[in-house]
Amino acid sequence: MRQYFGRKLLVYGLTFFVAVTINWMIPRFMPGDPVASMLARARVSQPEAVEAMRLYYTNLFGFDQPVWKQYLNFWAALLQGDFGISVWVFPTPVSTVIMGAVPYTLGLMIPAVLLSYFVGNRLGAFAARRKVLDNTVLPVGYVLTAMPYMWLAVILAWGLGVVAGLFPVAGGYSFAMRPNWSPQFVGDLLLHWFLPFSSLFLVALGGWAIGMRNMIIYELESDYSNYLAALGAPQRLIRRYAFRNAILPQITGLALQLGVLVAGALVTEIVFSYPGLGSLILKAIQNQDLFLLQGTFLFIVLGVLIANFVIDVVYVVVDPRTRTGMAGASA
Amino acid sequence: MTVLDTALPPSPPTVRREALYFALRNGKLLVGLGVITVFLATGLLGPMLVAASPNDYVGLPMQPPSSEHWFGTNTFGQDIFVQFVHGLRTTFAVGVLGGGLAAIIGMVVGFVAGYRGGLVDEVLNMLTNIILVIPTLAVLLIINAYLGIRSVGVQALFIGLTSWPWAARAIRAQTFSLRSREFVDLARLSGARAWKIIVREIAPNMSSYLFMTFILLFGGSILIASSLDFIGLGPTEGVSLGLMLQNAHQWSALHLGLWWWFIPPGAGITAVVGALYVANVGLDEVFNPKLRET
Repeated sequence: MRQYFGRKLLVYGLTFFVAVTINWMIPRFMPGDPVASMLARARVSQPEAVEAMRLYYTNLFGFDQPVWKQYLNFWAALLQGDFGISVWVFPTPVSTVIMGAVPYTLGLMIPAVLLSYFVGNRLGAFAARRKVLDNTVLPVGYVLTAMPYMWLAVILAWGLGVVAGLFPVAGGYSFAMRPNWSPQFVGDLLLHWFLPFSSLFLVALGGWAIGMRNMIIYELESDYSNYLAALGAPQRLIRRYAFRNAILPQITGLALQLGVLVAGALVTEIVFSYPGLGSLILKAIQNQDLFLLQGTFLFIVLGVLIANFVIDVVYVVVDPRTRTGMAGASA
Repeated sequence: MTVLDTALPPSPPTVRREALYFALRNGKLLVGLGVITVFLATGLLGPMLVAASPNDYVGLPMQPPSSEHWFGTNTFGQDIFVQFVHGLRTTFAVGVLGGGLAAIIGMVVGFVAGYRGGLVDEVLNMLTNIILVIPTLAVLLIINAYLGIRSVGVQALFIGLTSWPWAARAIRAQTFSLRSREFVDLARLSGARAWKIIVREIAPNMSSYLFMTFILLFGGSILIASSLDFIGLGPTEGVSLGLMLQNAHQWSALHLGLWWWFIPPGAGITAVVGALYVANVGLDEVFNPKLRET
């Protein structure tokens, strides 16, 4: 087990290293000059002002130092939690801006992912090898999983928000309110949370249901299922065994899907102008706030790594074989 | 599939005919392929048949669908059907290029790691795992934000470069199970070189699997590209279905009630990707007798 976790942590450590390196490299080795493009954005005409800004930005990136030193400085700043200063909301540090948005994204993603995972797996397991249900769950599942996240979000916003007028379609809370813990505010928060949550939930649901259905069919074909059936075991029991075996690849699948789920959450937030990381990214792109964009990237990578590690721990809890070192999920 | 191939080596035509027999009777495969063909034909032929260019201002703004403008017009008076037809072409291009590139990288890495084993496998596997964990869209965001001019080709290139890891891992696992079979040993004994064994002995035995991997990567590239377009990092010139969605959202088609602006592009993406997935399941049933409906 120690070896299993050691290997995992090595991969995650290296991944973080690679992510930081990518983050450092792209502004420096992409065609085009980031300083020049930022200056062009600012549309300042006086030459003295342009020169001062150029100097400021060059210093900010540290372009005047040798490359290896720039790289070390980048790491040093990062380890002190210094992601730079946002251009969009000027004097605020990037880390503060991001920290304000993270709770919204997590509050949206964690319930949507967990709930769609559990409901989807149950639904898929229940539908497998049951003619009528299978013929309805499967097509619906495929349509849901093929939908771009933002499209379902737009349709829900239009149908339930604009046409039916049941839910607000923009923001994390009413603009007339200030964040506090009063019941009205929490209710308002939930009302704004519902549509983005449902669209994330629905798109993810389809994929889990289909995956589980296929796994269960595979398990029901296997020798132990046939043997149980030959012994006269009730169908319920066989299905329970099949479910427990089929859930293992689904856990690995959850780890693999994390990137897609994050991407889905980002675009869904943009549709609803939900004040999480997605809207932050949109603002960063619109305002050419590249520090903010890079900080958000590192935060997302870090979040995904932590989630991966949590899934690894769950896997060890669920599958006793990893504990005795007999077999494990491939790293 | 493998059982058939090893048990009856001298009769590949029979295997092929059997696959065709089941393919023609597989509803999922036929429906999926049918939908893809219709959309592909629309994307390929449509831009030649409609005279207008996608960003021309052709009529009154905000017109609902009519016989003149099939999908209506947007707030600028651009014809949405013309944009849709051009956007479909872009969508297919991104899917084929991005999915194709990812499939090629995935195959090379998977085959080499699976066949060589040992240190090569360790290194490639580590690389695969690292790129697998990094969220693809986040990397693409950074890259595209720094690219000043973005084209469809470059978008597809970067999607291909970042979305191959799961394919490599799956192909590696399959190669692992094939490389110790007798026919591979025989080829090795006869002195064939490694790449020849991979191309002639191993790849054909998992050709259906490889093709299905490509289909999934194809669909995945389309979805990633549409997300990128929607965030505002799509191609700087031209149209795509994702860009149409972005424009519709940006110019508040929602609040103006212009449903004909945001329904068609999303429906197009869903139909194409969904048809790809369904066709993939159909193919799986054709090649894997265990899954056929009984």
